[in-house]
Amino acid sequence: MTKVVDRSPLNFYERTYLPALMEGFKITARHFARSVQGKNTATDLGDGYYPEVPWRVAEGYRGAPYLVSDQEGATKCVSCQLCEFICPPKAIKITPPGPEGQGADRPNAEKMPREFEINMLRCIFCGLCQEVCPEEAIFLQQHYSLTGLNREEMIYNKEKLLKLGGVHPGIQKWKHKLEEAREQESFPVKVD
Amino acid sequence: MLENIFSDPTFQFVLFSAAKIAVVFGVVMTFVAYAVLVERKVSAAIQDRVGPNRTAPPLALKIPVLGRLLQRWGMFQPMADGLKFILKEDFTPAYVRTIYFWLAPAIAVIPAFLTLAVIPFGSNLGSQKMVIADLNVGILYTFGIVSLGVYGIVLAGWSSNSKYPFLGGIRSSAQMISYEIAMGMSVVSLFLIVGDLNLSNLIQWQADHGWLVLYQPVAFVIFLVSAFAETNRLPFDLPESESELVGGYHTEYSSMKFALFFLGEYANMIASSAMMVTLFFGGWSLPWLGKPAESLLGGLVHIGIFIAKMIVLMVVFIWVRWMLPRFRYDQLMDIGWRRFIPIALANIVATALGVALLNR
Repeated sequence: MTKVVDRSPLNFYERTYLPALMEGFKITARHFARSVQGKNTATDLGDGYYPEVPWRVAEGYRGAPYLVSDQEGATKCVSCQLCEFICPPKAIKITPPGPEGQGADRPNAEKMPREFEINMLRCIFCGLCQEVCPEEAIFLQQHYSLTGLNREEMIYNKEKLLKLGGVHPGIQKWKHKLEEAREQESFPVKVD
Repeated sequence: MLENIFSDPTFQFVLFSAAKIAVVFGVVMTFVAYAVLVERKVSAAIQDRVGPNRTAPPLALKIPVLGRLLQRWGMFQPMADGLKFILKEDFTPAYVRTIYFWLAPAIAVIPAFLTLAVIPFGSNLGSQKMVIADLNVGILYTFGIVSLGVYGIVLAGWSSNSKYPFLGGIRSSAQMISYEIAMGMSVVSLFLIVGDLNLSNLIQWQADHGWLVLYQPVAFVIFLVSAFAETNRLPFDLPESESELVGGYHTEYSSMKFALFFLGEYANMIASSAMMVTLFFGGWSLPWLGKPAESLLGGLVHIGIFIAKMIVLMVVFIWVRWMLPRFRYDQLMDIGWRRFIPIALANIVATALGVALLNR
C-alpha cells in the first residue's frame, strides 16, 4: 500500500517555527518527566544497569565468531580455509595439519585444523566466515564484550574458540549420509 | 607607611577588583564544570538514559547516605572530567601552523571571560558595587569583546591544516558575523527606552519600571536566538556539527587545548545568560526587591537572585540542545540575514517612534 506523504508548503504559523518548538518541548518534557520518576530504557527492559547486568542481546545477534562442535563433541571445521580467504580484515589464520598431520576427530571428514586463530582486535563481526563455511563450523555468537590485557590475549586460538563456541545443536551435515552408508554395508538393505 | 597604603583609594580599588575577579573566575569555573554535568544529566533524562552515576573518590563513599546519593547524582563527575583533560596526552599533529594552533584555544577562551567583567551580578556588598568594571559603555565593550571570540575558532580551523576544521572555521566566521549584527541591533531598542549604556543603571531602571522583556519581547527573542548562534549551541552548532564535520574546528585538538575550547563554549553560555538576565530580566532585582542593598545580607540575596535567574536561562540553553535538530547552513544564514536583521531594524524604528511619541 502506498502512503502519500503530504508535502504542501508550510503556512505562516508553521514557518515561525513555533509549532515545531512546542512539539519538541512537549516530547522532551514527557521523556524528562518519565526519567525523573526513575524510569528509563534499562528499567523498561526490567534487568538493571550494564556492568552488573549484562545487556540482553536479541536472538540472531551477530557477536564474536566462535568455532562450534557437533552433537558428539567433535570438531566440525575441516580446515578448508575458505573463511580465512574471505575474511575482509584478515583476522582468521588457519594452520592446516599437512600431509602427515592428525586427521579429523570425526568420521566422514579428512582433516581438521592444527591451529585456528581469530584476532578479535581485527575481527569486524561481519559474518562472512559464517556465511561461507560449508561445514557450518563457525558462527557469530552472542558475545559482544571481549576484553584482554594485551594484544596476544585477544588472539583466540582453536581450543579457546571451541570452548566458547560450545555445541551447535543444528544439523550435522554428513551424519545422515553416514548413517545411510552404514545401512548399505549390512545386508539385507533396510528400507524405510 | 602601611596604613597609608591601605587608606589609599587606588590601592583599595586594585585590591577589591582583584578579589572580585578571583571570586567571579572561581565561581564561573565551578559553574562550567557543573553545567557540563547538568548537560549530561538532562540529556540523559530526555533520552531515557541514566547519565553519570558511578564516579566517586573512594573516601566519599564512606559518608553514610550522602556519599551514595552524591555518587548517583554524578556530583564527582566534573572532577574526573577535569582531571582527565589535564592528564591526557597533548598531541600536536604534524604540518599544523604551530603558533596559531597554540594561540587559538587561548583566543577562544579569553573573550568569554572578559565579557563577564561588565556584568553587575549584584547591587552592593558593603561599600563595594558588585561589578568588576562599572563602565559607562558596558554594552559596547561586550559586543567588542564577543566579536573577538570568532578569531579563536577561525584560527583553530585554519591552523589545523585539515579539511573538517577548516570547514568548521569558515562556517563559524560566517555564522558569528551575521548573528552579531542582529544581536547588536536587538539591544539598540533597549537603550532607546532606557537612555543609558551603563549596565548598572539599566538594572536600576528595570527595578523601577519593570523588566525590559515586557517592553521588548521581540528584541528578547532575537537576542536569545542570536545568543544560541554566538555560543555555537544547537540548533546552530554548525562550526562543530559532530555528525558532518567530525568535531569541527577542534577536531585536531586534544587534552587541555581541547578543554579550553570546551571551557570557552560553556563560559560563553554563562556570559550570554548573565547578559540576558542583565538586559531583559532585571539583573539582581525582583519586582519587590528593587533597592540597592544596604546590608551585607541584602547584597548576598541580590547575588543569589542573579545566579538563580542565570541558572534558569542556562537550563533553557541546555534543554533546547536536546530539543531541536541542527539547521542547514543556508537556512541558518537565511534566518540571520533575511528574518532577524529586518525584524530588528523594524523594532528599532517602532521603538524610536514609540519613545518619541510618549515623551513629547
